[in-house]
Amino acid sequence: MISDKEIQYIANLAELYLSEDEKKRMSAELSQILEHVEKIKELDIRDVKPTSHAVETENVFRDDEPIKPLDREEIISNAPLIEADSFKVPPII
Amino acid sequence: MRFYELTALQLLDLYKKREAKPSEVIESIFERIYEDDRGLKCYLTLTPERALADAKILDLKLKNSDEFGVLFGIPTAVKDLISTRGIRTTCASKILENYVPVFDATVVKKLVESDFLMVGKTNMDEFAMGSSNENSAYGPVKNPWDITRVPGGSSGGSAAAVAAGHATVALGSDTGGSIRQPASFCGIVGLKPTYGFVSRYGLVAFASSLDQIGPMTRTVEDCALLLSVISGHDLLDSTSIKRESVDYLGSLRRDVKGIKVGVPKELSGEGIDGQVLAVFRAALARMEKIGVKVEETSLPNIKYALPAYYLIAPAEASSNLARYDGVKYGFRDDGASGIREMYRRTRAKGFGREVKRRIMLGTYALSAGYYDAYYGQAQKVRTLIIKDFSDAFSRYDLLVSPTSPSTAFKLGEKVDDPLNMYLSDICTIPVNLAGLPAISLPCGQSDGLPVGFQIIGPHFSEERILNAAYALERELGLNWTVK
Repeated sequence: MISDKEIQYIANLAELYLSEDEKKRMSAELSQILEHVEKIKELDIRDVKPTSHAVETENVFRDDEPIKPLDREEIISNAPLIEADSFKVPPII
Repeated sequence: MRFYELTALQLLDLYKKREAKPSEVIESIFERIYEDDRGLKCYLTLTPERALADAKILDLKLKNSDEFGVLFGIPTAVKDLISTRGIRTTCASKILENYVPVFDATVVKKLVESDFLMVGKTNMDEFAMGSSNENSAYGPVKNPWDITRVPGGSSGGSAAAVAAGHATVALGSDTGGSIRQPASFCGIVGLKPTYGFVSRYGLVAFASSLDQIGPMTRTVEDCALLLSVISGHDLLDSTSIKRESVDYLGSLRRDVKGIKVGVPKELSGEGIDGQVLAVFRAALARMEKIGVKVEETSLPNIKYALPAYYLIAPAEASSNLARYDGVKYGFRDDGASGIREMYRRTRAKGFGREVKRRIMLGTYALSAGYYDAYYGQAQKVRTLIIKDFSDAFSRYDLLVSPTSPSTAFKLGEKVDDPLNMYLSDICTIPVNLAGLPAISLPCGQSDGLPVGFQIIGPHFSEERILNAAYALERELGLNWTVK
């Protein structure tokens, strides 16, 4: 069972606010899922190489030719808050 | 004539004979959508004005020239996690409720170049996380075969739209079965191509090493047609494979006599509904009848696929979804006094339950002290799964199984039991881990609900898979009409 403290720690890492109810439910659900996925620990595969992509590609290069960038104004028009062509956020420190 | 009932190939034939106009066809589709009072909720956004304007241009083209794009005037639905310039793309999430992409995904660009008509953006599980469509922030899609049942997920809107005649063809995406399982539940054809064969540029990322866009259609022929349009190398996707697309339609009719098919016993026994299994076995017998050699085989490590998937996919998702921070686009909670608080409140309000669950699970699997035991171990399991498949493909041309262990289940049935919901993807998930192509096509019914037949092949064997699927489709002769 994952403790409340651990849930809070993970939620902080994930930048996620969870209500007390959510934390309780999350702890039960994650514990159940983790119990199922624990099954992979029974395999002795110390010497097996890990796979990140099933179809490997190497050295993906293209010619260094500039292409037309996306329109700046259009891009920032999706932001919730803009000032002087910049993203405006609450105080950082 | 009811155009919405026709396949893409039938429509193309009518256009060539000048017996239909794109504007009439698209009107027929929208009439069908507006008059259907079952509340299927296939779409999150409909684009009738754009579709009709585009159709009028195609009408003129039809009058004045003989040059047709491959998808000329074909009403197409696009899953709402594929970026469409100027058209809202929500991923069925509150956090992207008002997000309007400033560029087209590569697949959309290719559809535009082939003269398609866009019907709209389809409903789905939020960020493609789910197997029932019940995780949409805008309410679930219903299965057109029985509106008390789920359409499957996550591409449930695309599947239901095609099955119900709310689109002729559709695009979906498949990370662990999200094209094949809803195709199976809604009685249509769905193909997950080889990883990297269809560009992911403009596909909103869920689990980047597993995600793949693919066609959802009513027939294998339409599936081949759509695949030939969307596949091929793309400079804008660095995981795109340098391989050009093929005219898949041209090779469909090849004889399948003598090809060898393996049936993994782990995917066709325990855990699969008895009636589903009976329908699957009956279809297998029909394959044998047309000269396919069928043998039982084994994928010994397949029982570790689901656990590995539920570590790898959430880990990648937790990283991919870090971008939703209320700064550059999407929803922001305004009440916060500092930036960390803003992030946390924005994400708490913007994401739904399942998305939060997977972000938490993925963050846990990647966190210090657990990384090697979970994520690292899962990546090694992935290597074993790939080896199981390559061993099997040294003996067999293709592998087959039921697409899903059950037919469409009831709305609400599994919504409070995440693990049970995850288990409904047991036959499809191993394919994504190995990056393989696989199709689901209808093979019969169980209690009046469609059963899907999955055909899996080695990397880049789409031609062979489509060829076998077409032969089986013809032999079965189901010819289901729109629901």
